[in-house]
Amino acid sequence: MPVTKTDAGPRSPARRSAIKTLAAAAAGTASLPLWARYAGAQSAAPIRIGFQMHATGIGAAYGRWYDRTTRAALRLINEAGGINGRPVELVTEDDGTDPKRGAEVVEKFASLHRCDVGYGTLFSHVVMGSAPRAGELKLPYFVVSEGHHVASGALNRWTLQPGITDVKSQVLAMAPFVRENLGRKVTMIFPDYAFGHDHRDFFSQAIEAQGGEVVAKLAIPPTETSFTKYFAKIPRETEVIYHVMVGPSVLTFVKEMGEFFGPSRPEIFGFIDSLESVDLQSPGLDFLEGTYFWEGMPRYVQPDQTEFDRHYRAAIGIDENGALAADPSDVSAYAHMFGCWETLYVIKAGMEACGYRGPDDRAALVEAVEAMTEMPLSNDHPQGAKLFNGRTHQVFGPQYISKVENGRLVVQAETPIEAGFYPDEVDYTTQSL
Amino acid sequence: MRGGRLIGLHLGLVAVLFALNFVLPAYSHGTVARVMVLATYAMGYNILFGYTGLLSLGHAMFFAAGMYGLAMPMTHLGLGAGPALLTGIGSAAVLSLGVGLLALRTRGVAFMIVTLMFSQAAWLTILLAGRWTRGDEGVVIPQADRMLLGLDLSDPSTRYLAALALFSAVLFGTLWLVRQPIGRVLVAIRENEDRAELLGYDTFRHKLGAVVLSGTVSGAAGAAYGLFFGYAGASFAETHYSIFPLLWVLLGGAGTVIGPFLGTLFMFYLIDLTSGLTPAYMLVAGVALVLLTLFAPQGLAGEIRRRWWRGLP
Repeated sequence: MPVTKTDAGPRSPARRSAIKTLAAAAAGTASLPLWARYAGAQSAAPIRIGFQMHATGIGAAYGRWYDRTTRAALRLINEAGGINGRPVELVTEDDGTDPKRGAEVVEKFASLHRCDVGYGTLFSHVVMGSAPRAGELKLPYFVVSEGHHVASGALNRWTLQPGITDVKSQVLAMAPFVRENLGRKVTMIFPDYAFGHDHRDFFSQAIEAQGGEVVAKLAIPPTETSFTKYFAKIPRETEVIYHVMVGPSVLTFVKEMGEFFGPSRPEIFGFIDSLESVDLQSPGLDFLEGTYFWEGMPRYVQPDQTEFDRHYRAAIGIDENGALAADPSDVSAYAHMFGCWETLYVIKAGMEACGYRGPDDRAALVEAVEAMTEMPLSNDHPQGAKLFNGRTHQVFGPQYISKVENGRLVVQAETPIEAGFYPDEVDYTTQSL
Repeated sequence: MRGGRLIGLHLGLVAVLFALNFVLPAYSHGTVARVMVLATYAMGYNILFGYTGLLSLGHAMFFAAGMYGLAMPMTHLGLGAGPALLTGIGSAAVLSLGVGLLALRTRGVAFMIVTLMFSQAAWLTILLAGRWTRGDEGVVIPQADRMLLGLDLSDPSTRYLAALALFSAVLFGTLWLVRQPIGRVLVAIRENEDRAELLGYDTFRHKLGAVVLSGTVSGAAGAAYGLFFGYAGASFAETHYSIFPLLWVLLGGAGTVIGPFLGTLFMFYLIDLTSGLTPAYMLVAGVALVLLTLFAPQGLAGEIRRRWWRGLP
């Protein structure tokens, strides 16, 4: 599929010139010692970003990599002169991947730590539990969740997702590839909770629109530890299995699927969410050889690697296999964590566009981000060019489809941004700030 | 005279909490409002555990019944906050009656296991009814809908005072209950159920009443939590939300009226403060709990009763 790389700048001339000026200034000041870079700012007080981290609980594997990515991006931002001439400081609070604690952490950011923004939440239920408080406290809340909750209109004007695409967009973009390359009759295997239901509903519609058909929908209860009995329910006519299993049982899931099908299996397509931070060379995963995955960003270095991916990997310290260079057994959450990096650069661009000075300018920051549209492929957006929808507060971008070949994920296709478009479901700009 | 001191103590607590509404900084203000709602949940739990001696491992289902009993009619039927609060409380009352009728056929460890299993079933029901509940993701209750009697519950001060009203009602309700003959019977069941039965009391009916009252108060706290903070989620029905009130009550003092509040407040700040100092904050919290169990096994208010004020209810 063709790659869409939008190189047009933002629509607003004023903002474009402002960003150009700031970019030139940043380049000039980058060579100065740290104290001198911030000396010209109206206030040398740091900008405080409240990082709602899944340090414990079910999201901890992701949280660790979201943290590393965040720190790498902020190090570069600070080395380049910070934001509006001010250093950026990270205030990290563990939310335990729990919505109640998440809401408390948001309160802490707004009322105790005096953070300028809240940022970094991944798990959808934590976003849902926290966003109402962010809205009440008028704290710009930048989530990196890929949930459809933002664009669905369930949240509020203070919650934005400008760094990662949502699940609805991802699934819509996958359906044409599945239909054209893998098969028409699909059996879906998904966890029986909201994340799985989103896949079930969005993909069913998308594949039917492509002339395909979902012949079975197998919901796996969240407490399940053995899966063989579900494989027996897969209809014989199935041409493609679509799976989105997540959590610690995924290794058992793959192993039992391999034992069930043996060498004669249908085509298999899955979401890499299942295997984020998991080494594909792990025992039992050899059955995945020749199967396909959605990736938010290719974990393994590809032959056409961009200079931006190279820059991004080097900054975080990730090797060509998507693992920590210092410890190759520590595999990253590469398909998602770019969202942290890109969100931080969106916050930076938004603060620079509105001349952000402090918490009194929080509303102006939200409006500045809402005014954003095109985000060119660059060091700030290494995953790909994107288009931000200020009405729905959701970004759209390319998706990657990879095949497991010799234990590595090799990109087969990159979908264009438009493949993930769907009609707006909300216009947050009509809400008051 | 003794009654006057007791009422004075509890009135004093409510008065202090009321005064704090005007002086607390923003973060603590929100925190104390949250603690009052959770302490209400703990007081509900305490009626069953602290006064009747029945250890439930499934109270999260009552909390969640109140929360979803409020959120579902608001989300799908457009019900106002006031009637939804009543449906929330009513849902918890009906569920606790049903669970009580079945679970009270068991005793001791079996009662714990049965309540745990019912609670697991309730949690799974929320997940499986994802079409309406949005499963684990939960539902947001929009700010515009959180109006009760013309009061905006998303306003910090209004929310604080509403939480204080709920907390005070349950605090004085519990104080009244435990000083009534029915309260004495509950304590008699806790101390020796066979003897209470021998004295002619219908212990099953009293225990059932305690389950229903405890579940209903827990549900009221759950409904209030959803309404005050704008979210209803399945995680509130998970097992650890059944363990929390047990911990709060044990820390504060089981079988004391004021203990659940002290335990909830202590536990909240223990986690909140230590999480700012070290990533191993749960370890610190665990050590603190072990030390408290070793040196104050009857909890904070229990120690006050043991050392200085034997008449503390």
